[in-house]
Amino acid sequence: MTGQMLIFVVLATVIIVSAAMVVLKNNPVASAFSLVVTFFAASGIYALMGAHFLAALQVLVYAGAIMVLFVFVIMLLNADEPVSDLSQTPFWIKLTAFLSVLVLGRVLYFLLSTVRSLNVVEPSLEISNSINISTALFSDHIFAFELTSFLLLGVIVSTITLAKRKRSKSVQGYSEVKE
Amino acid sequence: MMETTVLDYQPWMTFGLALVLFLIGLFGVIVRKNLLVILMCIELMLCSVNMIFVTFSKINGSIDGQVFVLFTMTVAAAESALGLGLIISLYRTLKTVNTDKLTALRD
Repeated sequence: MTGQMLIFVVLATVIIVSAAMVVLKNNPVASAFSLVVTFFAASGIYALMGAHFLAALQVLVYAGAIMVLFVFVIMLLNADEPVSDLSQTPFWIKLTAFLSVLVLGRVLYFLLSTVRSLNVVEPSLEISNSINISTALFSDHIFAFELTSFLLLGVIVSTITLAKRKRSKSVQGYSEVKE
Repeated sequence: MMETTVLDYQPWMTFGLALVLFLIGLFGVIVRKNLLVILMCIELMLCSVNMIFVTFSKINGSIDGQVFVLFTMTVAAAESALGLGLIISLYRTLKTVNTDKLTALRD
């Protein structure tokens, strides 16, 4: 067993166990922190495959930004609400979900055997990964890159519109606080 | 060509791992009732798709798969921000994030 294989097995075990804990833990905070572990291990997998830039970005974007959002919303919502939902799910729903996942897994396993037979092309490793990515991003994919900025602008506007309080209410609350 | 044994690391193994991760996320989306955890499971599925992109980028020796992961990450961040905004607004209106209680269109 080579060192790469050893690292892969360890990371894969961590990913599968922590992803299962995201699903099976009743407390959303525990789920969120298992998700952080999953994202860190996934960034390790990216680094193992030579995508170092994406590994760094995975930690920054997922484990940094998105998880802070999740933890903040959990703090805002569920502070005093008793949370237990997995035990409330009826048994037949769990069984049906398990069976459907098994069937889909069998179908996807077919795909896996196809992928297994592909030959790996060795890329030229003369320039670094991030230089490669930015060259491709700003030449071939520049249109998609610009579209992404529109997407972000739209999401900013719509999220603020969704999450802000109504104006009259906030004025009322402000006057109550002032008194 | 270099001789490889069964125990050597190959890119298709990452594909298998990503499939397992996707199925775990799908199971979570079906089974869980808490909207926050459902959103987390969707993040898991997106992460597994990213992993598949990187795998094929590795197999084909091309960088385009990794560029697409950049876009997927942006969309995932946007999706989670928007989803959490929706959840906050929902909680403010209905005081719950349990999918079993969200029956306004059913009743």
